[in-house]
Parts: sequence; structure tokens; C-alpha cells
Amino acid sequence: MITYIVKRLGYIILSLYFIITITFFLMHAAPGGPFASERALTPAIEEQMNEAYGLNDPILVQYVDYLVNAFTFDFGPSFKYVGQEVNDIIIRGLPYSLVLGLESMFIALAAGVLLGVIAAVKHNKFGDYTAMIIAVLGISVPSFIMAAGLQYIFAIQMQVLPIARFTSFAHTILPAIALASTPLAFIARLMRSSMLDVLSMDYIKTAKAKGIGQRVVTYRHGLRNAILPVISYIGPLIASILTGSFVIEKIFGIPGLGNEFVVSVTNRDYTVIMGTTVFYSVLLLVSILIVDLIYGFVDPRIKLGAKGGNG
Amino acid sequence: MAGKKWLFLLTCLLTLGVFLAACSGGEETSSDDGADTEAPAESEDTGEAEETDSAEGEEALAADQTFDINIKSEPPSLNPGTATDTTSAAVLDQVFEGLMRINQDGEPEEAMAESYEVSEDLMTYTFHIREDAVWSNGDPVTAENFEYAWKWVLNPDNADTDYAYQLYVIKGAQAAKEEGGSLDEVGVTAVDEKTLEVTLAQPTPYFLDLTAFYTYYPVNQNVVEGTDDWALDAGENYVTNGPFLLDSWAHQDQVVLKKNPDYWDAETVTLETINMYMIDDENTALEMYNGGELDWAGSPTDSLPLASIPALKEDGSLNIAPLAGLYYYAFNTEKEPFNNVNIRKAFALAINRAGIVENITQSEQQPAMALVPSSIWEESNEGYFADNDIETAKEYLETGLEEMGLEELPAVELSYNTSEAHAAIAQAIQDMWRENLGVEVTLRNEEWNVYLDSMGSGDFHVGRMGWLGDFNDAINFLEIFRAKGGNNYTNWEDAEYQDLLEQSRTATDEAERKVILRQAEAIFMEDMPIAPIYFYTSAWLNKDYVKGVEVSGLGGVQFKWGYLTEE
Repeated sequence: MITYIVKRLGYIILSLYFIITITFFLMHAAPGGPFASERALTPAIEEQMNEAYGLNDPILVQYVDYLVNAFTFDFGPSFKYVGQEVNDIIIRGLPYSLVLGLESMFIALAAGVLLGVIAAVKHNKFGDYTAMIIAVLGISVPSFIMAAGLQYIFAIQMQVLPIARFTSFAHTILPAIALASTPLAFIARLMRSSMLDVLSMDYIKTAKAKGIGQRVVTYRHGLRNAILPVISYIGPLIASILTGSFVIEKIFGIPGLGNEFVVSVTNRDYTVIMGTTVFYSVLLLVSILIVDLIYGFVDPRIKLGAKGGNG
Repeated sequence: MAGKKWLFLLTCLLTLGVFLAACSGGEETSSDDGADTEAPAESEDTGEAEETDSAEGEEALAADQTFDINIKSEPPSLNPGTATDTTSAAVLDQVFEGLMRINQDGEPEEAMAESYEVSEDLMTYTFHIREDAVWSNGDPVTAENFEYAWKWVLNPDNADTDYAYQLYVIKGAQAAKEEGGSLDEVGVTAVDEKTLEVTLAQPTPYFLDLTAFYTYYPVNQNVVEGTDDWALDAGENYVTNGPFLLDSWAHQDQVVLKKNPDYWDAETVTLETINMYMIDDENTALEMYNGGELDWAGSPTDSLPLASIPALKEDGSLNIAPLAGLYYYAFNTEKEPFNNVNIRKAFALAINRAGIVENITQSEQQPAMALVPSSIWEESNEGYFADNDIETAKEYLETGLEEMGLEELPAVELSYNTSEAHAAIAQAIQDMWRENLGVEVTLRNEEWNVYLDSMGSGDFHVGRMGWLGDFNDAINFLEIFRAKGGNNYTNWEDAEYQDLLEQSRTATDEAERKVILRQAEAIFMEDMPIAPIYFYTSAWLNKDYVKGVEVSGLGGVQFKWGYLTEE
């Protein structure tokens, strides 16, 4: 177990190294620099700014500096927001994104699993069709359309929830639902098919034959096994919620990290791009590791560290 | 189980919502119209900028003087020395004050300076600073504060001072910033605590306008010196001298301004609190305005969604004011076929500007047939040629082709940066050129930074550009094209043009100066390195109870005179 985790951590560091390197060179290969603006600077002033931000150094020097800074989590000051440290930007954006992300993960998992189970239990009945219509809608309607629709109905027409910003719990509901809609639908479908499989298994039939109640069979015996695919989906789910939050945060005017990330790319704000990229990568890589570990706990048949266990 | 039921209910609601949204698509607009037509009965004339300041009889002031506006994004810098953008300006112009302030008529009037004298040769300005001008921490505002702030910007050790060139009209300023000249040589001296003497490099008729610009704002040396991060947050280090104080700054979220009780002209200031939100999405901001969460939407701190403009104009709620800015297409005069003046003219004349303004941008922009906006020079209402003059365009085309020894025009590429409006205009013009001149036009769309890079390296045939004036003077527009490089992407240069601009600098008589500048513009338009398209306007919505908020012809906004009446 320990060796497995150490090995995985090694992979994480290696992946990070590649992510940082690729981002660094892609970023510098992209045309346009951080100081490009509609009002061209005088050449002398631009030169002074490049000097101050170390952009005049040879690219390899910049790269090595960068690598060292990235692994010590010191990303320096933003180019665009004069004097603001990248770390401060990440720290102040993170709580918003974290609350939003956790809330929508909760919604996606809870509602997705519930819908899936209902659909499976009421197989080919009204409940099934309703659940699957919801799922199809969730998958086919992009989150930004969903966001606009939710704003229109709940904020503008019904006026029960705020349209935008993020200052109270009420503010979090619409963006969290919008963000959760696609993964929710996916989980519902996943859960439905997996539950159908499990329900047709012999041991369920045996349990039923022994006279155990439908509810107990479904929830105690069925659910535990059927939920495995959903757990393995949590990794991609986190990724989907992270990337989805870029758009959602913009629409709802949430001062989160996703918003910051998008803005930094348009601004060619090199240090913020790198800071947020590294941060997101670490988050994603670590959460995938955690999901794999949880998987091992839920299904004892899977032995981590054993042959094939590191895939 | 209860929780799950609740969630299930929520999900059902959600689905229902999506259905409703999908079904009510057509109804949505009509119901909106209905809601909005209630209001405009008495506001038929709201299309005018002056509407906000006309005090219609006795109006009761609202008890709650809290104004809510969207500024779209985080202000990149609230240090006047390093700020360069309109978002930062929207905050800085309220919390700081320069020697002059642009008043409601667009003229500079005394602000921190109580009075000033100008020397005969228009080269030396002596400003007398108000006795009662104090910083928000109680320190008096002194002449040294100005000298310190300006020289700080001109100090080559301080990076991020992108706008240092705004100070280059001062003697020795450019030398100090760029050529290793001494800061002591810069023509700004605090003669005594309340007297500031400024020596210019040449007569500059718009210098007073400049002193109202944020790069010219003072800073409190006692606080700022040695505290590099003084402008990063609201707090005791953020010491200001304007009508409002920076009460709080939640980054990427909200800036709150409060009335400054120690401001010398505090009597004039009515608004108590200004909430500035940072909502990036135009549609969201508009919905917040409709829902009453904002008192103002659109220019100059945000923009309205293009699609919403026709309906807003229809119901009379849209306010429109001219803006000193030009939207234009730059020709690359070093690339075939645009190295030929007749070809350039043909392309410029074969554009139907009125059609573009009426059908695409729709905010009453003015078709431009000149370089200097009509809000600066009235003559530009006429311009140098007729809009959509296809006959003459064809003649120019023929002459041009003959001169170049060509049978027909090679395909040309039209570049623009990513934006709904730019794309729509480019497509329209592509069509016009194809139809009127029979030329094959391909479109090239690039993201902003990439676009600037292509334009700067000359990798384009025709590219869209815009210019908004920094100060209300024609030279601001003419100067762009003085020499190659910088903001002049056309690579056009002309000795006589440069000569005229040079002459204008020493002209002390205003009328004479204008004649010279008009000549320069005529030369420019004769050579047509750009095709002007339209002069910008500011378009915004404000609630009926919002009065006295000043939107300047340069795209700035001031709340000093703003107030709210009872609804």
C-alpha cells in the first residue's frame, strides 16, 4: 500500500513536470506578449518593462527560473494586476471555486445516483422514462445554456434566487445546479445501467428468494455493488467540474479561480497562467489518486499495489 | 431519505425549468416589451445625454444615496501612476483629484489647483494649490506631492508605468524616462508648499486637460514612499484626495466607495456610497439592471449586449452620447495592392457606412469620412468624401489598376480580432467590396493578442482598429500616424504631414493651430492610409432616478455631481 502511494506520488511529480514544461513553452510560443495593448508602448518603456519582469533573459534561463519557482510554489507577481502576487490571487479565488465545486459535486452525485436507482427499479415504467429524459436533457444542454435558463426562470421570472454574484448560500444554488447538470445526467445513466446489471445477478435473486424485502435488497445489497462505476467516475467528474467552472463563474460573476484562469490566458499574464495551471494540475492529479484509494476501500476485491493495480 | 426526496424535487423543478425556457423562447421578448413600455411614456427624449443632468423642477433626494454600477472586471491598478485602462480610471477618477477636473461641460476647471497662471509663450504654468485641500489621512495636499508623483512615473527604475508618455509634454520628461536624463532636469518644481511650477517642452494647448488625467494625479509622499504595495488594497495606506474614499476592495468581486467628508468641495457631493461590481458577462449585468440590482448598465464601464440594443432603442430607454473615438480599417501601405493610393481610395469609398451603423452597431454611431471625430471638430460631420460613393470608387479602382498594370485585383485579406461586432462588420464590408469592386475578400479572425502581433509585424492587408482619445484634442488622433511603428500599423509616413504637426506645436494662436492641423488631416485623407468607418458613441441605461452622473466624451465617468431622487 505504502509503496503504491509513493509510486503514484512519483508519477504525479513527473506529470507535473511535463505539464509545467509544455505550458511554459506553449505560452511563450503564443503570439503576443503580456504588454501588448491597443495603445502601443514606446519602445523604451516596453524594454524597461520586459527587463523588470525578466522577459529579456534567454528563454532557457526563464524556463529554469520558472521550474524552480513552480516547485517551490512561488509564482511571483501578476503582469496584469500590478503588484498582486499570484499566490494571493489563487488563495482569494479558491474558496469560491471550492464551495461551488463541492456543492455541485454533491448535487451531481446525490441526484445522479438517486435518479439512476429510480430508473433501474422502475425499469421501463414512468419513473424510468422521467429520469432518463432528465438525463438526456442534462447531457445535451450545455452548462452555459442551462445557466442562462436557470437565471431566466428562477431569478428573473420567479425572483426567488439572485441572478449573479456569490455572497450568500442562496447565491450558490443556481451556479451549482448549472455546473452539476451534465455530470448529474451522466451519473444517472451510469447508475441505471450498472444497477440493472446488479439487480439481475444471481445473488440478488437469491436474496429475494430468501424473503428479504425489496427495499433492503435494492439499497443494501444492490447499491453497494452498483455504485462502483460511479466512484471511478469521480476523477473525471472533478475534472469536468473544474473545467465547467470557467464558464459558469463568468456567467454568474463569481470571483473564483476559473474566472481568473480564463482571464489570465487572454491577458497573456504568464505568471498567473502558470500558477493556476500548476494549481489545477495538482488538484486533479491528487484527487484522481484519492479516488483510486477510495475505490480500493469500497471494493475489497481490488488490491492496490498488486499486479495491474497501478493502471 | 428526506434529503434525497428534496433533491429529487429540485431536479424535477430543474427539468421543468428547462422545458419552460425552451418553450417560452418566443414569448420572452414580447413580455419584456410589455414590461418596458410602461416606463418610457415620459421619457421619449431619454435618448439624449443631457437628460441625466436636467433638473426637472423640484425633485426630492432619495434618502438612500447608494449607487450600484458594474465595472466588468478587476481594476488592474489603483495606483494612478501605473494605471492604463478605463476600469481603473472609473475608480481613480472618483477617489483622486488632479490639478484640474473635467467639468460637466467637458472643460477643465480648477480642482486641486485654486488658480493658475500661464506665461506669455504658453510654456510655463504656475498652479496654486488650494489651502483647504487635504488627503484622507489629514495631511495637506502640497505641490511636492505632485512633483513626487510625476517624477515617480518618470523614474526609469519604476516599471509598469506604461503611461509615462502622457507626461512627455513636460520639459525633460522623455529624456529622463528613456534617455538617461536626470529627473532634476524635468520641468516640474514645487516652488513652495502650495505652488507648483511646470515648464513644458513646447506650447501645449491641451495641457490643462492633461492635468485632469490620472497619470497626473498626486500621491501622498509620506505614505507612499517606501510602501510599494500601498495601492494593492483598501486600508490606511490607500490615502486619496478625491470626492470619494476607497472603502473596500474585494478583489475580482466588488469595490465600495464612500463619500469623502474632508474633500474641499464635499458640499457638492451627494452620493454616499458607490458599489462597483465586477460582473464580466454583459447579459448577466443587463439582467441585474432589469432586476433592480444595478442603477446603471453599459458604457462607459461595461457594454450592453449587441442583441439587446435594438429593443432598448425602440422603447426609448437607451442613452447615447458621442465619444471621441474612431473605428477604422488600416491599410497596409507596404503591401500590394494597398501601396497604391487610388486602390486605397476605391476601397474606402466603396463602404456603406450608414448601412453598417444602422444595421449592425445600431448605437447611433456616426459614419466617419475623416480622421478626427466630429465631437472635436465639427467639420468632420461632412468629412472628406461621400459615404458609399460607388461610382467614384470604381473610377479610382480603374485608375489604380492601370497604374499598377493589373487587369483585376488580387484577392485581399481582411483581418479583425475576435468579437461579434467586428465579425459582423467585416462580413458586411467583405460583401460590399466583393459587390462594388469585384474583389475576392477573405476574412481572418484572430484573438486580440495574436491580432496585435500580426498587425505590428505587418502581416495583414486590411485590419480593423480603433482609437479613443486620451484628451479632447485633434492632435491625439493625428499624432498616431506621425511616424511608422507604435500605433500606426499602416506603415504610412509623410514628410509634409510631419512638418505640419511640428509647426502646430509652436503655434500659440488657437485658430492658426487649427488651420495647420486641418491641413495635416487633409493630406492624410488625400493619401487615405486608413478607411474611417464610424465615430464611436457611448450607450448606456440608467434608472430614471439617477441624475447628474457625467459621462465624458472621452469615455470617462464621474460621480462627483451624481445624485439619486425618490423613485
